[in-house]
Amino acid sequence: MNDRQQGAATAGEVTSMVEISRLNKWYGDFHVLRDIDLRVARGERIVICGPSGSGKSTLIRCINHLEAHQQGEIVVNGIPMTNDVKRIEQIRRNVGMVFQHFNLFPHLTVLENCCLSPIWVQKKPRREAEKSAMEYLERVRIANQAHKYPGQLSGGQQQRVAIARALCMHPAVMLFDEPTSALDPEMIKEVLDVMVELANEGMTMLCVTHEMGFAKTVADRVIFMDEGQIVEAAPPETFFNAPRSSRTREFLGQILGH
Amino acid sequence: MAAISRDTNETLIASRPPPTPQGGMVSWLRTRLFSGPVNSVVSLVTLLLIVRLIWPVIDWALIEADWTGSSRADCSGEGACWVFISTRWSQIVYGFYPMAERWRVDIVLALFFMLIAWLVIPRLPAKKIAALLGLVVLPIVAWVLLLGGLFGLPHVPTRAWGGLMLTLTIAAVGIVGSLPLGVVLALGRRSEMPLVRAMCVIFIEFWRGVPLITVLFMSSVMLPLFVPANVEFDKLLRALIGIMLFWSAYMAEVVRSGLQAIDKGQSEAGAALGLGYWLRMRLIILPQALRLVIPGIVNTFIALFKDTSLVLIIGLFDVLSIIQAGLTDSAWLGFATEGYVFAALVFWVFCFGMSRYSQILERRLDKGYQR
Repeated sequence: MNDRQQGAATAGEVTSMVEISRLNKWYGDFHVLRDIDLRVARGERIVICGPSGSGKSTLIRCINHLEAHQQGEIVVNGIPMTNDVKRIEQIRRNVGMVFQHFNLFPHLTVLENCCLSPIWVQKKPRREAEKSAMEYLERVRIANQAHKYPGQLSGGQQQRVAIARALCMHPAVMLFDEPTSALDPEMIKEVLDVMVELANEGMTMLCVTHEMGFAKTVADRVIFMDEGQIVEAAPPETFFNAPRSSRTREFLGQILGH
Repeated sequence: MAAISRDTNETLIASRPPPTPQGGMVSWLRTRLFSGPVNSVVSLVTLLLIVRLIWPVIDWALIEADWTGSSRADCSGEGACWVFISTRWSQIVYGFYPMAERWRVDIVLALFFMLIAWLVIPRLPAKKIAALLGLVVLPIVAWVLLLGGLFGLPHVPTRAWGGLMLTLTIAAVGIVGSLPLGVVLALGRRSEMPLVRAMCVIFIEFWRGVPLITVLFMSSVMLPLFVPANVEFDKLLRALIGIMLFWSAYMAEVVRSGLQAIDKGQSEAGAALGLGYWLRMRLIILPQALRLVIPGIVNTFIALFKDTSLVLIIGLFDVLSIIQAGLTDSAWLGFATEGYVFAALVFWVFCFGMSRYSQILERRLDKGYQR
């Protein structure tokens, strides 16, 4: 725990990995994101929670432009976001993403899923891409299933493959959009274990999740969002023991109360 | 204690094989066809009907039929007289292609069927090479050989083409041209760029809203009005373009239904991996979407194949129209049944082949992954 905080502190001095300032987004007339300001340091691990519809998924989807925002600025790994396709693709190469429903490609094997981006985006030779992909599959403990199709795996296994697939791009930052919400209870742990390991290796992470145990052990900061704005942002000790906002207290009461 | 052990099994139960089905032909017949008095009567009546309908056809077409001969005099009149077909066989295959040059057609047809076999038979390797040969080399070879005028080959104008070779030419060009064009149109119709989308919608709705006969008429009657008189624009080429554009509109709608069935998350996952639009479509969306709509695509191919016979209205002689022309020969008046039955059989063989292949393909692609 101590060396984790140290790592974040030393990296934080250098530069921010993600800088979001005055971000505003609307779906039609509905104001989903309101004046979001967020700086994520290199190596920092952030957990975002909040009631459904609070805009937390939308926020992280803005970081790799799966959602377009109308106002404000986003800078990822020093690259300012514009509407230019080339710029967007450049940012996406720096950002790995894991989805709630895995979104593996069902017509490709596990290994092919992992090699797609290295081969076609980074133009690596197939052999090299496969070797590197096998290493990542090894790390998420699923290398023995490399030649199976996603449909033949359990939900937990699929999500671990999805994490390996994202890591194969060597991203500077990883986004997790409710990675365990679609899993059966007995599979949540195997995915969280992989995420904890990743965090311990110093990966910059933004993680939308309701797994408060994960937030307590891993997060440098926990962010609470409600109605499109960041209501509270604090280290886990403060966040869980002494939240400032009454809305945070109410939310925590609801999810931790039973 | 005893009561508990009746409800629960604390020891692990070893797995047992499933019960064997009660077997045999007799039991199948009993349960499926003769399970009760009403069912039995229905079964018997149906069987009787089938026999009564099928038997005369077999009797006419095969048993009482005349197979050999050279003229009408060889027909016994008791069954079908296939002599009509056999004497006209070469015309049915080659149309009016000059006798001395027919070896050129033979080569193209042989290549065509060989490549089809290579592509269709799963055991044969290197499908990519076969596809490349079929899509690039074969059209060039066919173009040079069939049309001639190069390498000392005498020029054979397309108006001399006919019969099966013409039908297969139109069908092959139509199929190979309409699928990629349809894919592009389908993607365009779902594009986020309003102009591209509008153009695709207008194109698709125009060609879908016009009967193919009108397209063919317009291509042969109206188009020459707009181009200068000294520019010769081949009639077959015009028909081919018309057919290709017409069917690409249908194809686009089939492909679009497949595109719509693919979850949005697939494209998002591709985007998050840094893949651009075209790579996303090519590597992720289209392989899944096209696989989903194989039945629809092949259905369109079959419709296209059958509708090639419409070119008769602009004076091109495909299989059907060349047989029809033969029926007006005074030496063979009254053999329309044989002619039309044979024409139907030719079309059926090709269409049924495509239908079977699509089923095999679906089953083969389904193996391995299920969604």
